[in-house]
Amino acid sequence: MNDGGHVANERRTKVAAAEGRTPAKIRITDSTLRDGSHAMAHRFTEEQVRGVVHALDGAGVEVIEVTHGDGLGGSSFNYGFSLEDDIKLVAAAVDEAANAKIAVLLLPGLGTVEDLKRAHAAGASVARIATHCTEADVSLQHFAAARELGMETVGFLMLSHRVGPEQLAAQARIMVDGGAQCVYVVDSAGALVLGDAQARVAALVDEIGDEAQVGFHGHQNLSLGVANSVLATQNGALQIDGALCALGAGAGNSPTEVLVATFERLGVPTGVDVQGALAAAEDVVKPFLHRLPFADRGAITQGYAGVYSSFLLHAERAAERYDVPAHEILQRVGEAGYVGGQEDMIIDVALQLVAERDRADATV
Amino acid sequence: MSGGKKLSAAIVGPGNIGTDLLVKLLRSDLLEVHSMVGVDPASDGLARARARGVEASAGGVDWLLAQDTLPDLVFEATSAKAHLANAPRYAEAGIKAIDLTPAAAGPFVCPPVNLETLADAPNLNMITCGGQATIPIVHAVSSVTPVSYAEIVASIASRSAGPGTRANIDEFTETTSHAIEQVGGAAKGKAIIILNPVDPPMIMRDTVFCAIPADADTEAISASVHRMVARVGEYVPGYTLRAEPQFDGPRDIWNGNARVAVFLEVRGNGDYLPPWAGNLDIMTAAAARVGEQLALEKATAEVEEAR
Ligand SMILES: NC(=O)c1ccc[n+]([C@@H]2O[C@H](COP(=O)([O-])OP(=O)(O)OC[C@H]3O[C@@H](n4cnc5c(N)ncnc54)[C@H](O)[C@@H]3O)[C@@H](O)[C@H]2O)c1
Repeated sequence: MNDGGHVANERRTKVAAAEGRTPAKIRITDSTLRDGSHAMAHRFTEEQVRGVVHALDGAGVEVIEVTHGDGLGGSSFNYGFSLEDDIKLVAAAVDEAANAKIAVLLLPGLGTVEDLKRAHAAGASVARIATHCTEADVSLQHFAAARELGMETVGFLMLSHRVGPEQLAAQARIMVDGGAQCVYVVDSAGALVLGDAQARVAALVDEIGDEAQVGFHGHQNLSLGVANSVLATQNGALQIDGALCALGAGAGNSPTEVLVATFERLGVPTGVDVQGALAAAEDVVKPFLHRLPFADRGAITQGYAGVYSSFLLHAERAAERYDVPAHEILQRVGEAGYVGGQEDMIIDVALQLVAERDRADATV
Repeated sequence: MSGGKKLSAAIVGPGNIGTDLLVKLLRSDLLEVHSMVGVDPASDGLARARARGVEASAGGVDWLLAQDTLPDLVFEATSAKAHLANAPRYAEAGIKAIDLTPAAAGPFVCPPVNLETLADAPNLNMITCGGQATIPIVHAVSSVTPVSYAEIVASIASRSAGPGTRANIDEFTETTSHAIEQVGGAAKGKAIIILNPVDPPMIMRDTVFCAIPADADTEAISASVHRMVARVGEYVPGYTLRAEPQFDGPRDIWNGNARVAVFLEVRGNGDYLPPWAGNLDIMTAAAARVGEQLALEKATAEVEEAR
């Protein structure tokens, strides 16, 4: 049996003991009903939302995120139309949760302060404001508004692999100065490989640790979501994201049930009941899934080329519509450096591939 | 005023937009630059204006309004919030405002759609860069077939979005959405903006999606879009289609509507920032057009009076 986890845990416990503290409690935020929305093509029903919230809340998960995959206002041609209005689903989640807080995601440039106010009025109490990892200053209006509403605030630095630890920490600083109470290293492409995640979390802890918490949001494109999350906590992250059955963009998110089980084995308290999390995944989420997140060629290409995970299904659709390979689209999207939100460019790239193919055919 | 120049104009806000506009106004035969006005004495923009021989002050609107000779026009390129504070002061001083921020204090203007029907309003709003790039297309589609919903996505290079732009992201999405409806002619509008930091910077890109009836005349729509691209190209030569308009058949999740998608590229003139910053051009060229139209109207009025 491989005891690497226990060794790391022992070291962590020893460090903690030497400093006279027990391992810090980690707070799990479950994003099945937000990041998982990508994998569901944004077609969650109210009944599914209630079922998932009921199970997570019962298992002791403290924060549950509910919104369109691209956040408030995400329902659109570009990202896919929601089956149900976000605000209605937020209200249902709030109604269903006995203890858990309901969080919403907002991407400035897409969602607005007005959207946030509506979500707050429906009972959402955590505002997660997401920007590309170099554009933190577009979130200031939204953090200010969230704090004014009395919401807990979390900043999300997306595609964190695109910049080095220091630059990322400087962006986290902007968010904290703007009112963020926690800033996440968000591995939107599932492209951070172990030490990459570690170094970014450590840099953020150094920069903002005295004033705010640090979080980590992992994806499974290179199957490292859980391992990166463990490394993140060993470097001081106190908030970790997961999704039941890994339901999420690309090859999916760090599975909540695996995170909870792993942390328990490491002796890191999460406050979540392992059996409850396993049951939520197996009995509540799995039955309604059309496809289980899987590291197929497209998803691995995303991790490998550093492409935003949510682009996967859009690339598959464009591939089908224009008869070009999805992984080639994703590769091009990666080379062009497109960022979260630029789903329209996937069609553009597919059209370019078609034009190139037609030119090649013409010269044969 | 020298030569054929009919109106004098001050620029308030010496950032990306203000500097690009300055270069364009200095080339105009109809408009004379009165001054460049900012608030930060260390501003590069003020120094750049001075280097071009333009009077520049960091004394803000207080300085501007204290001048012996006031301008006829002021082009506002600060931020939506700053414009809302300044607008009443311009109005009181009898200076017409052409607002390049998304403050939306006055009626929306998009030159290829409604330049000739400009109201005598004391304040004209230029919507947003994304709006100037996409609303002509929404209008081109809605003038052929009913558009129940139009959505636009504007992607711009991070480097071209100054603090002024970043401070009014919500105003961007809201003002653009409203203008898609009021000027573009869609029953409902939605706008999305994305800042991309890739290096070398990406050229401004805009995508327009319109929900159209299942039996809409796709050929007529394409032809109308092509005509409009040529019209915008008259003042922004780098405004081009990336591909033919793309039509997708009706779907249930689109409430039974079909969809047309138009992919645009806006390459700039490189007046201030290099050509990738088409977002500056699409806005400043449109604003300069509005200023020149006002100057032409004044010239026409003078001729009529002389008769
Ligand atoms: N950058 C773009 O692509 C773009 C395109 C269209 C419209 N806009 C709009 O133009 C405005 C300016 O954007 P930008 O990118 O040039 O920002 P910027 O930050 O580069 O420029 C703003 C300038 O205004 C000055 N300023 C701020 N408050 C002032 C005040 N009260 N009086 C005088 N000067 C003041 C600042 O010092 C700065 O020089 C924003 O409202 C933005 O939404 C920007």
